[in-house]
Amino acid sequence: MLLYILRRVISAISVVIVTVVASFMLFFLAPTDPAGVICGPRCTPERLNDITKSLNLDQPATEQIGLYFKGIVVGRDYNTGGVTRHCSAPCLGYSYVLGVPVTELLAKAVPVTLSIVVGGATIYLVLGVLIGTIASRVRGSSLDRVAVGGSLVIGSVPYFVVALIISLYATFLPKSQYIPFLTNPVGWAGGLLAAWLCLGLTNSASYTRYARASMIEAMGQDFTRTARSKGISERRVVYRHGLRAAMTPVVTIFGIDVAYQLVNTIFTERIFQLPGLGLRLLNAFNQYDLPVLMGGVVVGAVVLVFMNLLVDILYTVLDPRVRLG
Amino acid sequence: MTDQTIRAPQTVERVRRTRNEGEDAYLEVTDLQVQFPTADGKVQAVQGLTYSLPLRRTLAIVGESGSGKSVSSMAILGLHDRKNTWISGSIKVGGREVVGMSEKELMSFRGADAAMIFQDPQSSLHPYFTIGDQITESYRAHNNVSKRVAKARAIDMLGRVGIPNPARRVDQYPHEFSGGMRQRAMIAMALVNDPKLLIADEPTTALDVTVQAQILDLIADLQRDFGSAVVFITHDLGVVAEIADDILVMYAGNAIEHGPVDKILGTPLHPYTWGLLESIPAVSGTPGPLHPIPGSPPSLLAVPSGCAFHPRCEFRERVPGDLCRTLKPELIPRTVDQGRTSRCHLKEPDKVFESEVLPRLP
Repeated sequence: MLLYILRRVISAISVVIVTVVASFMLFFLAPTDPAGVICGPRCTPERLNDITKSLNLDQPATEQIGLYFKGIVVGRDYNTGGVTRHCSAPCLGYSYVLGVPVTELLAKAVPVTLSIVVGGATIYLVLGVLIGTIASRVRGSSLDRVAVGGSLVIGSVPYFVVALIISLYATFLPKSQYIPFLTNPVGWAGGLLAAWLCLGLTNSASYTRYARASMIEAMGQDFTRTARSKGISERRVVYRHGLRAAMTPVVTIFGIDVAYQLVNTIFTERIFQLPGLGLRLLNAFNQYDLPVLMGGVVVGAVVLVFMNLLVDILYTVLDPRVRLG
Repeated sequence: MTDQTIRAPQTVERVRRTRNEGEDAYLEVTDLQVQFPTADGKVQAVQGLTYSLPLRRTLAIVGESGSGKSVSSMAILGLHDRKNTWISGSIKVGGREVVGMSEKELMSFRGADAAMIFQDPQSSLHPYFTIGDQITESYRAHNNVSKRVAKARAIDMLGRVGIPNPARRVDQYPHEFSGGMRQRAMIAMALVNDPKLLIADEPTTALDVTVQAQILDLIADLQRDFGSAVVFITHDLGVVAEIADDILVMYAGNAIEHGPVDKILGTPLHPYTWGLLESIPAVSGTPGPLHPIPGSPPSLLAVPSGCAFHPRCEFRERVPGDLCRTLKPELIPRTVDQGRTSRCHLKEPDKVFESEVLPRLP
């Protein structure tokens, strides 16, 4: 098990390294001069020169990438206008537009995004599995039709429409804002409630369908019949035997899906004005803030790879047949 | 006779019990009808099945897929889908009526008075729970004992069904067991509450031949120890010859022949049973072509009129007056022997068998 995890971590790290190298080449070795892009329209030759130097754009490509990785591992110094700024590890670069290290910027944004996704994902997993399981139990009845039909309708409405409706009509909800959890947990939950509901409701539709289909399949399995033949209660047959088997595929989808949500909450953040990762990257994109975009790519890659790893490990716990080695 | 018994993979000589008149039946099925309403109409899966089985006897129910053998046995445990199944008639197990039992009564009945061994132990055991977990769940459903006591019982049962090192095996998952071991575990699970009725639904079909023989011996041994009645569902006549005391042959939801195993396999009286015997491939001598029964089993949505087997029966012309097509024959004694019944209009079927069918058997 430990050996397996170690091997997976090593392969995860190499995936991240490849991603970083690829995106570095994409951003900084492009035919257009990245220093000019960063410098912007009101650029002076001194500033341009300054940026070129501090980003080491005058050095060979391999050297540049090497320095970037060095920054991530041990930190590095940036010289801008004769002032040396230390960027401590893990250093993802320096935003000249905002005048702050990228790591600092993203470190503020990530908890916001994480809060949105954790709350929203909890709502859609619980809601989806609950409705899906109930629908599978009353399969064919009008309640089932309402659940399936409703999930189809919600699933077909574009996400941002639901978000807009909630932000426009659900005025009884607390004002949307981000208060750090450690400062005020109640305020944290209240400020995020609108975003959570939006994310939770829209995504619960697909989980309702997964859970329902998975549950119907599990209840039709031979082992469910065996369980019933033992003389245990129907409730126990459904929730211990059926649900246990039905949840494995749902959890697999959930893990990958949460990773995807973490790097895709941009609509939610924009509409509910929460300063998360998505919003930060959108701004960086508008301002040609390449170091921040690059940092966002690195964080996104790490999140995706880490969640994949987590799902694989979780899977071995959920399904004893999956052998590690 | 006994061409057939020789063909069976006999490993242990069993003394067949003869039916004692007046022996109390533990399982009594009377005029059982099972229907499934579907979009295309009513599927008449079982149409008036009647038989009885005393303790310490084994009844083999034989027939093709879709003949109603499994459905009728599921009904004994009330395992059919309650919403979409229509059942009438009576099933009495140890004097208790099962048809119409409430969910709660069924709970205390299933597993305790009657238990079932299923066909494919691979899919019939829950993949995510250990063998011990699954056996103790069965035991604790009917016995108010601690987990520790139940586990000791599970280990004891695993030992009894011949699983080596049961104390270690009890904590393993089904995928860590071989096919034969899984079926042994399944049997241990079924017998953990000492049920007086054991229903085995093709328990050896998914296993290879050597393991089959072991499992059959195991079931026979346990039946002797536990003194239970066994209903054995199979389509393998070799298995029947080895394990059964009585045979019930089913076709299209009806019993078409019923009686002691040596008589039915020695001198069958129904053309369908003849067909079954003829279709067994010969394993010795020169290999020849197989002799399947022509045609295919009828749809249970539209069972043929009269005798359900008549479209496939080569002897229907022998019965005068189109009787096979118009009148469903009764399941009654057809020869001087009153201990066996069959559902066929053919006159003197024993003589027809001796003179025409027996020489053709492989």
